[in-house]
Amino acid sequence: MNRDQSHEILRQANRSEDLSRRAFLKLSGMAGGGLLLAFHFGESCCSYGESDGKAVLNAFIQIFPDGDILIYSKNPEIGQGVKTTLPMIVAEELDADWSHVRVEQAPIDQEVYGRQAAGGSRSVPSSWDQLRRAGATARQMLINAAAVEWGVPAEDCQTSMSEVIHAPSTRRSSYGRLAARAATLPVPDPESVPLKKPADYKLLGRRISGVDNRKIVTGEPLFGIDQLVPEMSYATYLKCPATGGRVSEANLDEIRALPGVQDAFVIEGNGIYEELMPGVAVVANSTWAAFSARDRLKVTWDESEASKDSWGGAVEQARKLAGRNGSQVIRETGDVDSAYARSARKVEAFYLYPFVPHAPLEPQNCTAWFRDGGIEFWAPTQTPQRALNSVENAVGIPKDKIIIHQTRVGGGFGRRLNNDYMCEAAAISKRAGVPVKLQWSREDDMVHDFYRVGGFHSLKGALDRSGRLSAWQNHFITFSSDGENTVRSGNIRENEFPGPLVPNYRLTQTMLPLATPCGPWRAPRSNGIAFAVQCFLHELAVAARRDHLEFLIEVMGEPKWLEPGEPGALNTGRAVNVIRLAAEKAGWGNPPPGRGLGLAFHFSHAGHFAEVAEVSVDDKKKLTVHKVTVAGDVGPILNLSGAENQCQGAVIDGLSTMFGLAVSIENGRVQESNFHEYPILRIGSAPQVDVHFIESDFPPTGLGEPALPPVAPAVCNAIFAATGQRVRELPLIKSGYSI
Amino acid sequence: MPDFRLSINGRERVVEDVDPSTPLLWVLRDSLGLLGTKYGCGIGFCGACTVHLDGEPVRSCSISLSEALDKPVLTIEGLAGEDGTLHPLQQAWIELDVPQCGYCQAGQIMSAVALLKENPVPGDAEIDAAMEGNLCRCGTYVRIRKAIHEAARNLTAGEATEGGGA
Repeated sequence: MNRDQSHEILRQANRSEDLSRRAFLKLSGMAGGGLLLAFHFGESCCSYGESDGKAVLNAFIQIFPDGDILIYSKNPEIGQGVKTTLPMIVAEELDADWSHVRVEQAPIDQEVYGRQAAGGSRSVPSSWDQLRRAGATARQMLINAAAVEWGVPAEDCQTSMSEVIHAPSTRRSSYGRLAARAATLPVPDPESVPLKKPADYKLLGRRISGVDNRKIVTGEPLFGIDQLVPEMSYATYLKCPATGGRVSEANLDEIRALPGVQDAFVIEGNGIYEELMPGVAVVANSTWAAFSARDRLKVTWDESEASKDSWGGAVEQARKLAGRNGSQVIRETGDVDSAYARSARKVEAFYLYPFVPHAPLEPQNCTAWFRDGGIEFWAPTQTPQRALNSVENAVGIPKDKIIIHQTRVGGGFGRRLNNDYMCEAAAISKRAGVPVKLQWSREDDMVHDFYRVGGFHSLKGALDRSGRLSAWQNHFITFSSDGENTVRSGNIRENEFPGPLVPNYRLTQTMLPLATPCGPWRAPRSNGIAFAVQCFLHELAVAARRDHLEFLIEVMGEPKWLEPGEPGALNTGRAVNVIRLAAEKAGWGNPPPGRGLGLAFHFSHAGHFAEVAEVSVDDKKKLTVHKVTVAGDVGPILNLSGAENQCQGAVIDGLSTMFGLAVSIENGRVQESNFHEYPILRIGSAPQVDVHFIESDFPPTGLGEPALPPVAPAVCNAIFAATGQRVRELPLIKSGYSI
Repeated sequence: MPDFRLSINGRERVVEDVDPSTPLLWVLRDSLGLLGTKYGCGIGFCGACTVHLDGEPVRSCSISLSEALDKPVLTIEGLAGEDGTLHPLQQAWIELDVPQCGYCQAGQIMSAVALLKENPVPGDAEIDAAMEGNLCRCGTYVRIRKAIHEAARNLTAGEATEGGGA
């Protein structure tokens, strides 16, 4: 049975089920015998952050007579490692021999799989219980099959390395041999099957190399950009450099006459950034013909309703608001003003960080084939299911006529939570009547993003006579497109650290107008807020003449959950543990001569992370980050190699961004166009990164994001320690630093 | 347009109906279906499109088809042996689990192959200098360094064994 056939059987079986209740499906009838199991769970056992509230998981196991085991990975792989980690969870409870496990990307189908998305570091926490039960239930069925065959009690059987073993009689049988019989047996209740104790794990916690690594290092096609459809054309799409501009006029006839060009036309779009904005499409017989023709496009844009945003103007406005309170109160406890008035020491500071694009190395692209009223996609998206709605809305193709093939994704970082490039490819294929591969240029990618929104924090803090933090005031200046709500990921949470831990606290907000599209960027909100908050805490510790480590631990106070009843919230006990560990491993208090150590903690996406940076700065402000020590608590570590890789990458991404990356926006236009103006960190500046985990007993949570936010404040605090210079603006190059 | 003959991964390949000013990158990808070489920036700043031309690492987005004629081209697809035996660098990349998203890694490996050909036992500074043109947006640099050291060890050990035992 091939993959499409098995998927169709599963779909049909699912249609007969009531999807609102927990369901377990067993499917037999595979050619040549074997077992195909699917697990559908009606509700999430644990979820963090915003939840779809509906079906969240399906896992999917096939066991072949020759012993090969196929495990489908349901979520997009964007570099966060889930295509390896999620199947490891299934394989552990199945007690499978990993060397005979093959992993494939699952088809995109909400009915069968529930939530399929890569975002919010949620893949692991939202799949943990269900995938374990999926593996354990299949294992129990294989045990039952062996018990029947041997006429022994199932309780007397064990499993190991894809075999069922009956120790008293020394009989053993492979999963491959047992699978066909297992498929004929009743399915045990997934809730009742025993799960392994962590001490018995054989696979989880080990270092397992990524399942696609061989294909990656040999150059096999994997990514969106690598997809080929017979007779396909190649397309580009030019939009107004100022968001919201429309096409007035374009030299389409001239473009159509160029070599290799098959068609050129205007698409009006529906005016929704996340879907289909107006532009000019060029369809050609190669990418290069399309790119070359596009360079000759002359478009007059109607910018009457286009963005006029100015970053320089926003900075000026924000600076004028510094020192005051914002009009919106987000949180207020105690009496900040009187605490401030009677304090022993006061500190004020203004922090700012810029807009940044995601700049994944694989520029946006999508292959789409519109035919017979339906469409088929090959897409490197983080949210294939959301794409169904976007495409239906933008191009008018009903959701049930849309098929999406999920490809590996050449970097996500939050950019591909939106599927604008899919809507564009759909509109172009529909209009041109041919399958097309839409390829954005790097320049397109840089200027048509959903940016990490810039932000400003006007902070005031006070210390009492014993040097304890007595008051904290933060006026957060952010942006709004509609005057009512902040732009996406431009908000600050009421419970943001250190709000619940300071007796006198005031958090207010002002929103400046903005037309530029914004969106989640790796560790949304936290990636900027951590810089301001954790640097300012250090400023207060310095003002109090206190050791930063001791001061930070004092602020945390007794071990407790900051949001009681919310297991995805900050736990001050876990926080103190990682802070102490990072400090200890980094040699806190004893920096090498000429170097400064800087500490920062941040909690995000259910992960507790503390980091210590070791830096030196020469007299020309050349910064060297020698080492970053990371200590994190995300519960048990599932794949040690993948987990360390995420932390090492987050440190380098965080350092890269805080050091040199920003886009400026003037007259609605992003000014930077390509990597020569957007200096992503190169290997020579990459520090040593030491990673340490506290494997607490809490359920495991995701690692794509939470190691990033502490990097910027740790490095800036280290610069202060080394030089006495305080950095309050990112990126560092704005303050004359080089790297 | 005339046909062009290229020597790619030890084989002659004929390219039809392509303008000679087309970057080698797009000839490889669109005309020849060699998709391992990646497009990242188009201006030679990211290294995702790195191939070897006449034994030297070049950015294939910035080399035209006409400049690549009569010179051997090696792409990531030509690195492993005919029997599928991986190059020690490819092997080290898998063993140390270097990739995250994986998009830049073909270019990284091609730059690393050129480095080890010139300098079989490079130090960290030499690795950094040779790999400076290859961006990794996911930040796998720490492992890239380690994997190059590992492959260098395996390569020199392999040669020592061959020399001593054969």
